[in-house]
Amino acid sequence: MAYPPSTAAQPATDVGSVARLITPDGERVSDPALDRWATDVDDALLSDLYRDMVRTRRLDTEGVALQRQGQLGLWAPSLGQEAAQVGTARALRGSDFVFPSYRELGVQLVRGATPTQLIQVWRGEEQSMGDPFARGTAGPQIIIGAQTLHAVGYAMGIQRSARPDGARADDVAVAYFGDGASSQGDVNEAMVFAASFGAPVVFVCCNNQWAISEPVAVQSRFPLARRAPAFGIPSLRIDGNDVLAGFAAMRWALERARSGAGPAYIEAVTYRMGPHTTADDPTRYRDPAELELWRGRDPLTRVETLLRARGALDDAAAADIAAEADHLAAQMRAACLSYRTREPLTIFDEVYAEPHTGLERQRRAYAAYLAGFEEDQR
Amino acid sequence: MTELTMAKALNAALDRVLTDDPAVLLLGEDIGALGGVFRVTDGLLAGHGAARVIDTPLAESGIMGAAVGMAFRGFRPVVELQFDGFVYPAFDQIVCQVAKMHYRTRGAVRMPLTVRVPWAGGVGAAEHHSESPEAYFVHTSGLRVVAVSNPADAYLMLRQAIASDDPVVFFEPKRLYHAKGEVDLDADLADAPPMGLARIVREGTDATIVTYGAQVTTALQAATAAEDDGLSLEVIDLRSLSPVDYDTVAASVRKTGRVVITHEAPGEAGVGAEVSAGITERCFHHLEAPPVRVTGHDIPYPPAKLERHHLPDLDRILDAVDRVLQRPNSLTGVEL
Repeated sequence: MAYPPSTAAQPATDVGSVARLITPDGERVSDPALDRWATDVDDALLSDLYRDMVRTRRLDTEGVALQRQGQLGLWAPSLGQEAAQVGTARALRGSDFVFPSYRELGVQLVRGATPTQLIQVWRGEEQSMGDPFARGTAGPQIIIGAQTLHAVGYAMGIQRSARPDGARADDVAVAYFGDGASSQGDVNEAMVFAASFGAPVVFVCCNNQWAISEPVAVQSRFPLARRAPAFGIPSLRIDGNDVLAGFAAMRWALERARSGAGPAYIEAVTYRMGPHTTADDPTRYRDPAELELWRGRDPLTRVETLLRARGALDDAAAADIAAEADHLAAQMRAACLSYRTREPLTIFDEVYAEPHTGLERQRRAYAAYLAGFEEDQR
Repeated sequence: MTELTMAKALNAALDRVLTDDPAVLLLGEDIGALGGVFRVTDGLLAGHGAARVIDTPLAESGIMGAAVGMAFRGFRPVVELQFDGFVYPAFDQIVCQVAKMHYRTRGAVRMPLTVRVPWAGGVGAAEHHSESPEAYFVHTSGLRVVAVSNPADAYLMLRQAIASDDPVVFFEPKRLYHAKGEVDLDADLADAPPMGLARIVREGTDATIVTYGAQVTTALQAATAAEDDGLSLEVIDLRSLSPVDYDTVAASVRKTGRVVITHEAPGEAGVGAEVSAGITERCFHHLEAPPVRVTGHDIPYPPAKLERHHLPDLDRILDAVDRVLQRPNSLTGVEL
């Protein structure tokens, strides 16, 4: 028996066949897969999700501005992806552990990253966002897809852990990655491992349609969510610009993983409205009409429309939220401008956990070299 | 003391560490019911269970990346990469993730994992089963790299590697898996020499041979043969390739004034090149002749029937000794 590729397969850019709870016009709708995971979502929680998205977008705007002003070496914009990031991350609990890619500003924010932590990597001052254990969140991963395996290994560790009361640990590990990463061997190996061991891990693929200049059709000829079942992992393909869909889908996936049913996969179909990074120029490879189409699917607008229609948001409340986001952005700018670079010899710190004679010799030699300049200045 | 093969000594070390430390997990291909293709993990699945001795899918990057995640969760994974040539699919995870995680997180995340690599040639193996990739890992900061040469070291150094809070790439010469030696199974790690120290395995005065792994045996054979010729050769087993114990090496070279460095791996930008440069920087004024390397050729590992021409044997080592002693040798009169 042969299995030819189905000619009926939809192009990967198709966004019609996705699960959603809020339409692009801001209308609350029903979805058979998601409904039961959103029954208790009230206006207060929806407002919180909206607030986190506004904060994410405001910080992203500030990050781009700081890069353009020469304060940051690089910035990876998340404009347009706020819903996928905030919705999924807000469903997690503190003891879960997240392994994100470099474009998860909203995830890092929801997981408690400070303004300082958000800029230190991109300013070139540190290589991580600080202690991952403090926030249950690893730093941004640059090597595409590598973190999916870390999440699976962490999940296998959860399976081998007990809670203090002796019960089975029911934490979950989460891997965030993009559509480009879905082509990587590591991501496919991660799904093999996750399925084979029934590991409590959730894969969140933020399909933003573009891997720098490569459209998602180059990565896959059919929806990415359909790959997971072939590994033995159930999946949901959701509207990534619907924050409530992200929240509900993540609850579905987390419940599965916590209960011992194994991994789950979410493809959040979204769109990267800005460049890949501030070093990229999407006008060289993208049709402006495509961007306009996606502006009509803005993840913030639809929630705002819904909240206003329900009387849960008015101009004053929106202004408060915007002011709060402005304040956070000001904190990020202040953190950026006041950052103090570490002393030179600290580059030798923490290469190893234990003393390494070769490196210690280099440190001594470089210290002596630097000390020569100090003598010159006397 | 018990006489054990190196494979049995490694097995005893793993058994002991699994017993002593519940954080230790083994991962690898065929390490469970089969006991590993070299039987190094024989009996460990039965003794410690499938939660601790994990037969993995056939995906080396997957094994290594999963081990990274386990270390995040507080475990001490010990990975068996079935053959040296299979380390390359895991290379990205080792050099980009394992090696850098501690540095990247300023010490918040430790990677106390051990990567066991059945290593190098001389056993008539198929393609990709006889590689010497150690230089790639020595070049990567954040890793410790060690190579064992006898059962006693295998037993102690594997326990030390697993106990280390740094990642250790642990090379096990396949050629010596069945070589026997005395092992003290009750040895206390606190009394053992640190794995970063080189060891003088034979003292001598006329020249120093620096080597590691299975070549230690070959170098000792060369030293014994040279004795008949009235030469006294010192043989140093580096044991640790990162860091190199230059204190021990340099002290020997200052004594003998002449040094031959030998390993199976290709010579270009290899460990021998590094050690030669390190010796020259430290001992230039004590050297009576330039350091000489005897290495594998700069070729892909040749087919098994020809590998004896690739692997430095005692005659090639003695020829190099003649060179550093400025005695007639194969290169006399040859312009290179």
